[in-house]
Amino acid sequence: MFYREAGQFKATYAEDNRIFPIRQDRIVFAFIIIFAFLGVPLLASIGLVSNYTFTAILTPFLIFSLAALGLNILTGYAGQLSLGTAAFMAVGAFASYNFMLRIEGMPILVAFMLGGLCAAGVGIVFGLPSLRIRGFYLAAATLATQFFIVWCLTKIGWFTNYSSSGVISAQKIAILGYTFESSMSKYLFVLSVVSVMALLAKNMVRSNIGRSWMAIRDMDMAAEVIGFRPMRTKLMAFAVSSFYCGVSGALFAYAYLGTVEPEGFNLDLSFRILFMVIIGGLGSILGSFLGSAFIVLLPIVLSITIQFLEHSIGLNLPSGIGSSIELMAFGSLIIFFLIVEPHGLARLWQIGKEKLRLWPFPH
Amino acid sequence: MQFFFEVLIAGLLSGVMYSLVALGYVLIYKASGVFNFAQGAMVFFAALTAVGLHDLGLSLWLAVPLTMVAMIALGLVTERVVLRPLVAQAEITLFMATIGLTFFIEGLAQAIWGASVRGLELGIADVPLDWLLDHANMAISQFDLIAAGIAAVLVAALAIFFSKTKIGRALRAVADDHQAALSVGIPLHHIWGVVWAVAGFVALVAGLLWGARNGVQFALTFVALKALPVLILGGFTSVPGAIVGGLIIGASEKLAEVYIPPLLQTLFDTQMNLGGIEGWFPYVLALLFLLVRPEGLFGERIIRRI
Amino acid sequence: MMNKRIGEVILSFENISLSFGGVKALTRIGFDVREHEIRAIIGPNGAGKSSMLNVINGVYHPQEGEIVFRGKSRRGMNTYESAKSGIARTFQNIALFKGMSVLDNIMTGRNLKMRSNFLLDALYWGPAQREEIAHRRKVEEIIDFLEIQHIRKTPVGRLAYGLQKRVELGRALAAEPSILLLDEPMAGMNVEEKQDMCRFILDVNDQLGTTIILIEHDMGVVMDISDRVVVLDYGKKIADGTPDEVRANQDVIDAYLGVAH
Repeated sequence: MFYREAGQFKATYAEDNRIFPIRQDRIVFAFIIIFAFLGVPLLASIGLVSNYTFTAILTPFLIFSLAALGLNILTGYAGQLSLGTAAFMAVGAFASYNFMLRIEGMPILVAFMLGGLCAAGVGIVFGLPSLRIRGFYLAAATLATQFFIVWCLTKIGWFTNYSSSGVISAQKIAILGYTFESSMSKYLFVLSVVSVMALLAKNMVRSNIGRSWMAIRDMDMAAEVIGFRPMRTKLMAFAVSSFYCGVSGALFAYAYLGTVEPEGFNLDLSFRILFMVIIGGLGSILGSFLGSAFIVLLPIVLSITIQFLEHSIGLNLPSGIGSSIELMAFGSLIIFFLIVEPHGLARLWQIGKEKLRLWPFPH
Repeated sequence: MQFFFEVLIAGLLSGVMYSLVALGYVLIYKASGVFNFAQGAMVFFAALTAVGLHDLGLSLWLAVPLTMVAMIALGLVTERVVLRPLVAQAEITLFMATIGLTFFIEGLAQAIWGASVRGLELGIADVPLDWLLDHANMAISQFDLIAAGIAAVLVAALAIFFSKTKIGRALRAVADDHQAALSVGIPLHHIWGVVWAVAGFVALVAGLLWGARNGVQFALTFVALKALPVLILGGFTSVPGAIVGGLIIGASEKLAEVYIPPLLQTLFDTQMNLGGIEGWFPYVLALLFLLVRPEGLFGERIIRRI
Repeated sequence: MMNKRIGEVILSFENISLSFGGVKALTRIGFDVREHEIRAIIGPNGAGKSSMLNVINGVYHPQEGEIVFRGKSRRGMNTYESAKSGIARTFQNIALFKGMSVLDNIMTGRNLKMRSNFLLDALYWGPAQREEIAHRRKVEEIIDFLEIQHIRKTPVGRLAYGLQKRVELGRALAAEPSILLLDEPMAGMNVEEKQDMCRFILDVNDQLGTTIILIEHDMGVVMDISDRVVVLDYGKKIADGTPDEVRANQDVIDAYLGVAH
């Protein structure tokens, strides 16, 4: 009843082109942003949001959202399936680490940018095959990225500063003398980076570059005929996508784990991010966030459920069953979404909004 | 030189087993246009089930047929629950669905049998063959030879099954054009069921051979993943392609593992341990090959029409 | 015959031959196109009409022959050069971008006229936003012209066939082409939709002066709206001339009705 757009007239194309053309959407979105930046820290200060919530849920959720956003640009918008997301994250993390390590007084944000650019460069190189192959051929080829990059980072000591175990300890995040130490300050740091990058991504996908990606995805021949150049378009998608994954990898190392080894960026992580994109919604910025939230929360919910079952009805499950059930849950959810709602949670959200517009009159 | 041949032959022998795994992919792809990423998980599931049953006290002669029944059931259920609702979807959607299937099968296998590494004893010792050691002074594993022999027989049998039997012909018709095959009265779902069952059987054999060689463990899925570069080399639709591709990948990865690290070490003048090239070499080789010949060695060149 | 100003030859073909493997699609085709005219290519199925369009806008490259476009000779250009030089087209089987709205589909047609780069796009501010809005204005004119205002935000996948054809025409028009290639623009339409489409084609030709090369099976339409007609059969040209000349040509009658042997 409150979700009506009647009476909201758009007098200019600028108004019609807004990200949220409907006023109620703008209000809700503003509320979410204010809550994330001010509400959450306020709740934390009175003890309602625990440290665990920051380190195990909120921060990884945001970081994975960024990686999912990166993959979504490539797979959801430009239609190029990649199984090498974690490798690009690794490039971002290790490149940032080396920039920080080897250049005196390197500002952390610049190091992250450079790390993202390195990932973009690698993305362009490994994106080259996409000019000749498509679909699962390309997916199989991106496995080369995954295995080769992780091998390089593991075997070539320079990347890990010759750490004997291959583990690196990320430097502290400090901006203008302020060090982000507490879990809440790291959360706020990640939140800022992710918010800005999500806004930039949204702008890209609603302007010419985004249309070029979707055109190549939907009908590459027609896209070529109206003047989009497939090489430039695809490589741009690889570059931008890898940049996002690279920055997310740097955040993963610096704001989430602290210490990280190349093997931490394995094929399993790549798959996990792919799942976020599929479940959240291919070709949707919002979907990247929804999918990430889903995949971060699912194991937690599962383990709580298993614990509950064990305690309440004395069910004695073998140890390690949790991870097996997690795999099965992931797998069946993927299949379920692909069959029932290929556009994922984002589409469900949209359908919900459509229904709300009409409520309480169904027609 | 002798060493070179030893490495080469060992590589070719493991290559035959890659071919076997790759064949499972080709079967399903040819018949239904689905690239079944879960073939590797099926190999793992088969091996783990066979070993699990064996460890429960069943003899292998009983455990293996029982596993076969389980594999057929798995194949039929997959066809019914996953693929039929997705029929006529984009190839890439089906591919992603089989990635989901992969996770499900891996989880299922571990939920039933646990995640620990299990040994599998087929009664063939993994020792160098005496005759070759005596006569040619080469150390070639007896197990590898026999495994490759079994794989080769199976590959040949499948090739004949496809080209000579009635069901094989129907299968090729289905692969060519679903609609046309339906219209001449070929029962589509029946054929797909058969294919999934055969693919399950191939996975079982591959799982037993690889499992006996490397131990039955999660890492088997990575071995099975190597079938992907095999397919890129051989083309996704070609049985001979899978065989030749497997041999190339098997031989080249072993040779690369032995000869490239020293080369790199002299080149960059370093003492670093650069082993483990096997892990990525097949993929990079396939990637480079794709740039030259995207349709694979034996695949058909596709002329795109608009 | 309409009263309009037909100009000089702007595009001509000589001895165009195209084959795929051993199959000959086109054999020594030659004809020309004058500025501002409506030029039809007709022929039975498999005559090589679509191949001819694909040669014109650089999808296929003929093995032999010469194309002269605005005085410049070329064997074949790539699709990008062709789009850049003002050739736009529609496809026989609709080739819209299914996941995008009508508005975005037509906006893609403006891409060669857009200057901003991806960094400005990402900021969506200043010049990038102004450019986006300027092009939006242009696209809205096309939407008005084609009378599809009510569906501008609808994903094209959900539209009826006839409307999709119209959107595809809109996308081609958005590029403000000097030559417009239409591959069976009226296939599968009912009479009213055909009338609408004819009206749009004639208006484009008349008001914007766009040269139109068109493939169509509906002979009534072809004979009504085209200035000159080329007839292909089995990849060879069998007739060329005004609709009346072509209608009277014995080879054409044979090709369409079959010859008694």
